[in-house]
Amino acid sequence: MKGSDFLQSSHRLRKSGLNPGGSYWFWYLLPALFIYTVFMAYPMLDSVRLSLYAGTTGARDYVGLANYTRLFTDPVVSARFWGAFKNTWVFFAYHMLVQNVLGMLFAVILTNRTMRGRQFYQTIIFIPTTIAVMVSGYLFRLLLNPQFAGPSLRSMGLGALVRPWLGQEGTALHVVSLVSVWQWVGIPTMMFVAGLQGVSEDLLEAADIEGCNSWQTFIYIKLPLIMPVVGMIAILTFVSNFNAFDIVYSMTGPNGPPKYATDLIGSLFYRYGVAGEHPIGIPEPGVGAAISTTVFAILLVGVLPTLKATQGKE
Amino acid sequence: MNTNRSHKAKSLRIARLHIPSHVLMILWSLVVLIPVYLLISNALKTKMDMYNSPFGPPIPLTFDNFQSVMASGNFFNYFANSLFVVGLSLFMILLLGSLTGYALAHWAGKLSRGIYFFFMIGMMLPIKIATIRLMELMKALGLFNQLWSIILIYIAMGLPIAVFILTEFIRGLPADLYEAAYIDGARRGKIYYSIVLPLIKPALATVAIYNLVPIWNDLWFPLIFITQEEKKTVLLAVTRLQGQYTTDWPKVFALLTLSALPVVLLYLGMSKQFVAGLTAGAVKG
Repeated sequence: MKGSDFLQSSHRLRKSGLNPGGSYWFWYLLPALFIYTVFMAYPMLDSVRLSLYAGTTGARDYVGLANYTRLFTDPVVSARFWGAFKNTWVFFAYHMLVQNVLGMLFAVILTNRTMRGRQFYQTIIFIPTTIAVMVSGYLFRLLLNPQFAGPSLRSMGLGALVRPWLGQEGTALHVVSLVSVWQWVGIPTMMFVAGLQGVSEDLLEAADIEGCNSWQTFIYIKLPLIMPVVGMIAILTFVSNFNAFDIVYSMTGPNGPPKYATDLIGSLFYRYGVAGEHPIGIPEPGVGAAISTTVFAILLVGVLPTLKATQGKE
Repeated sequence: MNTNRSHKAKSLRIARLHIPSHVLMILWSLVVLIPVYLLISNALKTKMDMYNSPFGPPIPLTFDNFQSVMASGNFFNYFANSLFVVGLSLFMILLLGSLTGYALAHWAGKLSRGIYFFFMIGMMLPIKIATIRLMELMKALGLFNQLWSIILIYIAMGLPIAVFILTEFIRGLPADLYEAAYIDGARRGKIYYSIVLPLIKPALATVAIYNLVPIWNDLWFPLIFITQEEKKTVLLAVTRLQGQYTTDWPKVFALLTLSALPVVLLYLGMSKQFVAGLTAGAVKG
């Protein structure tokens, strides 16, 4: 409907003279198009080309797929890559299963019209989302350090809680993931709230009259209707998790300690492409570009089918 | 039948109290607020008080940590740099985004649709993928270690969502407005400035908030492009903590509090606009 209004109005405008051909409008969008192309679109595409080269700007050689071969099969490099790859999936699983499920649960509660204090809870849930990951990550790094509250907790009989949570290979990644969930759960919550508010009241009333309980109403009415929002959140989660870096950098460090247990694709990319991987310490832009191109491919493979499955034609 | 109805009414009343929901909401509120409380309260304690009673209230209160953090080094310089970067990036995103939205909303044609689609691709893809190439580009342009490098990146990064929101919004404006002005002799530049801009203020606010938080909170690009001390942003000051105050945690808490405070306060002051702005990407109109 919006579209036909628009066509009609642009038709009228054309007659009145505000709407001549493109060359006239082109000047209005040229500055934006220029900056977007030069500093985003082109560098993204050209990173793919860079993954086929070795060396830096001055002395760069075409090496074909050598960077990829190194990334996937070299005993040291591939161990790092597959390790970070696996960790990123664990990290992603936490966000899908804990963050997004909690977000959905919170949203159902926050859209219940007879519930009091919704605005208050909503405001609190969203607070961590406005704090920089660098800040909240560092905060939890200190709070979880046994030096911080170890003696106090022991004297309270809670000595079992005093563990080097971020120093043990078995717990570090899980703790990092949960802190990230703490930080970001506000986003899916608010998006689901917006989606659920769009569900027609008549429909819910009809379900109530038919005797649906709240679980049935959720599964058979609300959930199918907000599928596009679910898909959008899945995509957002996927894209941001495969680029996550700040949380590792602030909570454990760019090397993903202990023993690479918290190394994510994002931190691996930072070390190989930008900072230099231990022990050589010289960045390899080609390998970095190969990592980012791989992420690019993973995102495309994950995002496009999700888009297709959940974003119905309008 | 009567008792049955009153029984039903009673159970409905109890259901409307939503006890399990409140319990869950209160629990999660505590999960959110306890770390925030520990952050602020320990920034207000001396080192000894923190170790003796990390969970207790900050009694006696001390502002020494804040004072010494603000007095040390380039604290205000970091803040000024962050404000400059955020302010200029947002201004340019709004200006260029609204001009583009104005053009795309009125220019009907294949090329126009193509350009719109080209911008939309940028909403799905993270700009971090371009980092390696951007490093070389910035070095070649002589912008490495200049705040301009990250400002240009932030503008490019913010434009897709700005173009998306503003084009849709301008399309929704009633055409009569333009027509009347056009007949009165106003031209496209004048119409943009005196009619379109005032009308799209709510959409501009949404775009501004959507970009404000990620730009202020971004670590990645300053970390990579800014190594020079006097050009550093607030979050880069936080990255230096480990070396600087390793043994003086209350000072670390004070610095963390100060760097988080501006956005959190802004959020608490206008939470409705924040929630609308930050979730704008998902709800397509």
